[in-house]
Amino acid sequence: MDELITMTAAELSAAMAAGEVSAAEVTTAHLDRIAAVDDKVRAFLHVAADEALAQAREVDSKRQAGEPLGPLAGVPVAVKDLFTTLGMPTTCGSKILEGWRPPYESTITRRLRDAGAVLIGKTNMDEFAMGSSTENSGFGASHNPWDLDKVPGGSSGGSAAAVAAYEAPLALGTDTGGSIRQPAAVCGIVGTKPTYGGSSRYGVVAFASSLDTPGPFGRTVLDAALLHEAMSGHDPMDSTSIDAPVPPVVEAARHGDVAGLRIGVVTEFSGDGYQPGVMARFTEAVELLESLGAKVTEISCPHFKYALPAYYLIAPSEASSNLARFDGMRYGLRAGTGSAEEVMALTRAAGFGAEVKRRIILGTYALSSGYYDAYYGKAQQVRTLIIRDFDAAFGQVDVLVSPVTPTTAFPLGERADDPMAMYLADLCTIPTDLAGNAAISVPCGLADEDGLPAGLQVMAPPLADDRLYRVAAAVEAALEQRWGHPLLAEAKGLTAK
Amino acid sequence: MTVSYEAALGRYEPVFGLETHVELGTRTKMFCGCGTTFGAEPNSQTCPVCLGLPGSLPVVNRVAIEFAIKIGLALNCSIASWCRFARKNYFYPDMPKNFQISQYDEPLCVDGYLDVAVGGKTVRVGIERVHLEEDTGKSLHVGGATGRIHGAEYSLVDYNRAGIPLVEIVTRPVPGTGFLAPEVARAYVTELRDVLRTLGVSDVRMEEGSLRCDVNTSLSARGSSVWGTRTETKNVNSLRSVERAIRSEVARQAEVLDDGGRVIQETRHFHEDTGVTTSGRSKEEAQDYRYFPEPDLVPVAPAEEWVKSIAASLPELPSARRARLIEAWSLSELEFEALRNAGALDVVEATIAHGASPADARKWWLGELARRANDAGIDVSELPITPAQVARVAELVAAGTLNDRLARQVIDGVLDEEGTPDEVVAARGLAVVSDDSALLGAIDEAIAANPDVVARIRSGKVQAAGVLVGSVMKATGGKADAARVRELIMERLA
Amino acid sequence: MSITRDEVAHLARLSRLALSDEELDHLAPQLGQIISAVAQVQEVAADGIPPTSHATGLTNVFREDEPAPCLTPEEALSGAPAVEMRRFKVPRILVEE
Repeated sequence: MDELITMTAAELSAAMAAGEVSAAEVTTAHLDRIAAVDDKVRAFLHVAADEALAQAREVDSKRQAGEPLGPLAGVPVAVKDLFTTLGMPTTCGSKILEGWRPPYESTITRRLRDAGAVLIGKTNMDEFAMGSSTENSGFGASHNPWDLDKVPGGSSGGSAAAVAAYEAPLALGTDTGGSIRQPAAVCGIVGTKPTYGGSSRYGVVAFASSLDTPGPFGRTVLDAALLHEAMSGHDPMDSTSIDAPVPPVVEAARHGDVAGLRIGVVTEFSGDGYQPGVMARFTEAVELLESLGAKVTEISCPHFKYALPAYYLIAPSEASSNLARFDGMRYGLRAGTGSAEEVMALTRAAGFGAEVKRRIILGTYALSSGYYDAYYGKAQQVRTLIIRDFDAAFGQVDVLVSPVTPTTAFPLGERADDPMAMYLADLCTIPTDLAGNAAISVPCGLADEDGLPAGLQVMAPPLADDRLYRVAAAVEAALEQRWGHPLLAEAKGLTAK
Repeated sequence: MTVSYEAALGRYEPVFGLETHVELGTRTKMFCGCGTTFGAEPNSQTCPVCLGLPGSLPVVNRVAIEFAIKIGLALNCSIASWCRFARKNYFYPDMPKNFQISQYDEPLCVDGYLDVAVGGKTVRVGIERVHLEEDTGKSLHVGGATGRIHGAEYSLVDYNRAGIPLVEIVTRPVPGTGFLAPEVARAYVTELRDVLRTLGVSDVRMEEGSLRCDVNTSLSARGSSVWGTRTETKNVNSLRSVERAIRSEVARQAEVLDDGGRVIQETRHFHEDTGVTTSGRSKEEAQDYRYFPEPDLVPVAPAEEWVKSIAASLPELPSARRARLIEAWSLSELEFEALRNAGALDVVEATIAHGASPADARKWWLGELARRANDAGIDVSELPITPAQVARVAELVAAGTLNDRLARQVIDGVLDEEGTPDEVVAARGLAVVSDDSALLGAIDEAIAANPDVVARIRSGKVQAAGVLVGSVMKATGGKADAARVRELIMERLA
Repeated sequence: MSITRDEVAHLARLSRLALSDEELDHLAPQLGQIISAVAQVQEVAADGIPPTSHATGLTNVFREDEPAPCLTPEEALSGAPAVEMRRFKVPRILVEE
């Protein structure tokens, strides 16, 4: 395996800055890796080889000309296919947008391009971000590099798999119910859901507008922080964007430290349904934190058990409205003949997959006259109660911790026909999305049962994203010391170094 | 139709309401920076936001909020201290997102009123709400006989107008106007239009669609306090149509009720050519719009200071102006209404400012000039004559340089763009002949040519002098002061 | 809490989804299950609890009434399945709004 692909983004950046390697070489190495393994991993829907090399060469010219370059210059980044990008298709994992090339660029990918990052391709995802395994993609599922028969998580499964398989050091994802953190956990990498409003949604195709949060994937805490910082910040094109400085996440990632930090273990995130091996690694991580000087207590958040039902009312409701625009009139698939009404209905039936249809119907139901108060309205009230639970908790502790997801990567096909079982993957991640807080998934070991990765979830109040990185960096460093190497070194098969 | 409007009024009480949509005259659209100029090339004023492209997001135009608050204040509404936008969900090709961003149960302005004067009486029309929303694109329907949807083979959609800011103004139902319902409704729309024009928030041209009215009508049995089922009538594109639509609906509903039937709650379409309404979409299968708060926009909470400063900046509203001018010009309500209906208030006021008397200013603008404007199919304000020039003509008449007849010719000259009044007087030689000696020649000729008339005058039939006056006026090309000519004739024959 | 096939068909019409008979058969029980699960929210005593529609607490986010660059007609029409006279060509519309 080419050394270049196992280097972290931070290491690559330093090497390029020192003139040890060119951006073109770095990009070429990753393109070669993609060519070698992606037929098995299937992380990518589109590889932008020519454009990527052009971007890399541009960075090299600028460096030669002595222009100042940022930390991501020349670093390849894989982009979840939910972001609109110029010069590359954007499908959102759906047949209804197959081949669509948006005439505009998302704010985040624009910022990354301006920072010199190399957008290497678009990654696979559950259709319109609805799912926890990428099995809902209209173009086939992605595979977990740790074990190709297992799911890479979802909905940002392609991005997580790409990073875990060394196809790119960094990747963009979005988190609405856990769609960054859960794939990160089951793929053994780091993934963050920033504070809602901390990263721009302009150009990010909407699933559930009040929950969607673009965020970073990396193999290390520092790498995730570098991407987090580069992609975040106020955007006047997004009314829900927070006008405040980006929390100092990179600095925090460089100074992992939990001495004196008050950590709360969420009582409700344990018990039945949690794989023993996952709980074991989680418990060890908590003990580790304590040994590093943190003060650990148990905190009950009584309304968290209503988070899943509330989420599966709010998200589909907003989605049912957000997806109404896909009707074959202005872009994308147009199927069938007849009147406009008929063509719309036939197009949507042909273009959307089963899960999307399910959620559209569910959302339409929850918003219907006569049902609104009991369903959508009630769910929004539960949301308030969950926010209050968090507020009360953060009044006593600085961060909350829990497992990221109850199990390790499950087998492809196991839950594909069982929506309710699939939804359970989001149990621990959903409350953060409802409240708009920030949370990170950092690898904390392998489950004994199957040797597959588990993640530790750290949750912080809004705009305290740096706190996540401080804790995650401490855990990462301590675990590496305990194991003698980063987690990914344990991987077999495709993720093996 | 077998039931006449008058007959219907004998048995029923009409109740009406109006929903008016106003296109705001902002430079850019409601949620994006695209331009709003009318008549641009198709799909040349669009962006990802107003096209509703996947991933796009709306951002509220601050001036649209300001304009809506202005309208609310002018209509005596309370301005919400906190409100949200909401999504109104339904599928239609001219709506790029298949939902419209509007306001539902939290409108920006509520509980106001507008007083309208009809036949010398004041009717207070309650305003239930004023809210903001975005307009849709426009479609051309191709293949059908009339260019309308029915029978069309396909449609062509232009999204230039998608996202234009609209303000929706909804009245409370207006009962108790009896047979004057159509006039009151028309007066309301007229007054509303004047208020909006005065505020400068829209060019309010019904013909161009920047002011659109839907009329709601229902009937209750005379003496009953129970209101009937109401229908909504769309495609009401002029003030006159507002009146005719109500008249037609009242008569139609009366006939249905007289026959023992039931009025169906539905949307009807008004036809300009026939003056009647036809059935459109039945509101009993009412659309479920599944309103919910717009998650891509944050609440609007206008600061008290902002609202106060907007209130302080409001121009003189039509009602205040009416009161002021009635007093200043000593007008009756009806006289004022005549001026207002002729669209002549501004020009009359300006003419008076240039020195003319109120009576003179009114006389010319409501008389000769209104007639000329009508013939040309334009507003009096669009005539190629300025208030200053009209004031000058009035001045010349008062000074005796012109008589009425000559003054009309001078006005003709100005309208035909021959120059200013003084230039026209000089070029056409229109001044009244004021030199008696110049007249005496013509007078002597008339006397010589009409001996029998002279005889009658001398025998005491003084009024016969009119013939001689006419003769002299003709001979001088109308440029004599008729009264002076008569005097001179009588002196001559004495 | 179940949902009938007819109700699902009605919702499908409302949301413009031409579902096949098999899909309708399959969806009704699935949705019934899901609805029962999400109905759990009704167990929560929430009298007097205000609903949260926006987590950030932001208000009054505006833009100035200044023109911004827009798309060219070619860009706007670029994804369109059918174009005529520089407009989006759509099939005949049955019901007027």
